[in-house]
Amino acid sequence: MNWVTIKRIFRTGFLSFWRNGFVSFASVLMMVFTLFIIGLAIFTGVILGTTLQQFRDKADMNVYFTTDAQESQILALQTQVNALPEVASTQYISATDALANFRELHQNDQLTLQALDQLGNNPLGAVLNVKAKDINSYGAIANFLQGGGALQTGQPQIIDKINYFDQQHQDAVNRLSQITTSAKWIGLIIILIFVLITIAISFNTLRLTIYASREEIAVMRLVGAGQGYIRAPFLVEGVMYGFIAGIVTMLLFYPLTWWLGQSTASFFGGISVFSYYIDHFALLFLIIVGSGVILGLISSYLAVSRYLKI
Amino acid sequence: MIYYDRVSKIYADNSVALEDVSFSVEPGEFISIVGHSGAGKTTLIKMLLAEEVPSSGSVFFESINVHEVPNRRMGEFRRKIGTVFQDFKLLPSKTAYENIAFAMEAAGRNEEEIRSDVPHVLELVDLGDKLNNFPDELSGGEQQRVAIARAIVNQPDVIVADEPTGNLDPVNTFEIVQILKKINDLGTTIILTTHNKGVIDSLKKRVITMDRGRVIRDDREGKYIL
Repeated sequence: MNWVTIKRIFRTGFLSFWRNGFVSFASVLMMVFTLFIIGLAIFTGVILGTTLQQFRDKADMNVYFTTDAQESQILALQTQVNALPEVASTQYISATDALANFRELHQNDQLTLQALDQLGNNPLGAVLNVKAKDINSYGAIANFLQGGGALQTGQPQIIDKINYFDQQHQDAVNRLSQITTSAKWIGLIIILIFVLITIAISFNTLRLTIYASREEIAVMRLVGAGQGYIRAPFLVEGVMYGFIAGIVTMLLFYPLTWWLGQSTASFFGGISVFSYYIDHFALLFLIIVGSGVILGLISSYLAVSRYLKI
Repeated sequence: MIYYDRVSKIYADNSVALEDVSFSVEPGEFISIVGHSGAGKTTLIKMLLAEEVPSSGSVFFESINVHEVPNRRMGEFRRKIGTVFQDFKLLPSKTAYENIAFAMEAAGRNEEEIRSDVPHVLELVDLGDKLNNFPDELSGGEQQRVAIARAIVNQPDVIVADEPTGNLDPVNTFEIVQILKKINDLGTTIILTTHNKGVIDSLKKRVITMDRGRVIRDDREGKYIL
């Protein structure tokens, strides 16, 4: 295929798109609907996925130390804990910081604050916050700490108590994650059905568009035009529908995610669809516009083939 | 040049469109096929263009069996035959110029040839001033002349005209027949189907008469006898 032919094909495609203005408009509109549903599917998947992750990330372990524990001992223990392969991160909160946190937490509770003042000295010990890489390894870390493996024998016990994500908590989170996982699947299946239906509608719209041109296609065949030469401008038109619809859909998602992001960020545990939209714009653009172009291309190809048999 | 070899076409409901039709057409001939509606004239033409497949028998064009041409080579084959139809079959979304240019583009001609040939051929059919009109802005006679211009622009060996005057008034009919005669005088073979007695009698060329799918007469210098 030479340059002149390619130029003619594109010119014919563009001209036909322009001259059949209303049909083109309707086809693009239908395609926008499809791509919009695909976009919604992506956003729903992201929200469900991150919400589940948020639940898992909330799990942690607090090691409370006795008030007489030395800071050097605690820091030494922190180093040991950090060295464990199961541990993702640790955070040391000194007794003073713990008191400050406590005071801030109860700043409107005068009774408690007065009682605290009565005590004179700091009743709170230091705290080591541990985050494990996997939700199931907290038990092992607690065993390590309690079993004294971390402390040299003979030294006074410095750990007051360990508050961790035990079996009971874990069961609760597991159930929650089961619910979110099944919610995710049901949601995805429903969305998938929607996507399939809208693809079918889009496909049918393009078929009707090309059905209107079936006599033209027959005439072109009789005049002696080759199959490829007849088909190509229709493919150009299909790709144009998809491309324009993709751009329109991406533009529609800007105000929509902005609005949704504002009202749902707190509900879905901090993930804002708007920031997701902005951060992953290139990827979303590729998926949405790419889907449109491929849908337009395949629909047109199949629809024209029907009338090319003469 | 063209040879129909015992061609029959019987549809699924046993209705017979063509029955055992054999004849040949020599290069440069002007041949008219006449008969009542439903006599099989159009089916005969569709066989040559491979639009219809015969139930039995074969159609040869320059020793090529028309129905053995593969689909991807069909375009190339059809460009050897210019076609003119009763309903004009112009592309409605293209102007007169673009309709003719399309046939040239399909044949792989370059822009320069198109720019010089299209106005020339439209001039030949006396439509030099209607280059940029769409088909629905032209009269029936004008549309048919565009169709003829499109049929001849690639200089085919044969022009097939299926009832080209069926939708036209006597003046336009006369003009169209004169144009076809002129094309024939320049050496192009013409196959014309019609049921217009006046046209046939004025031509004084070979006439094949059909009735109910069969050839009943084949006269060298025939008249319309039915």
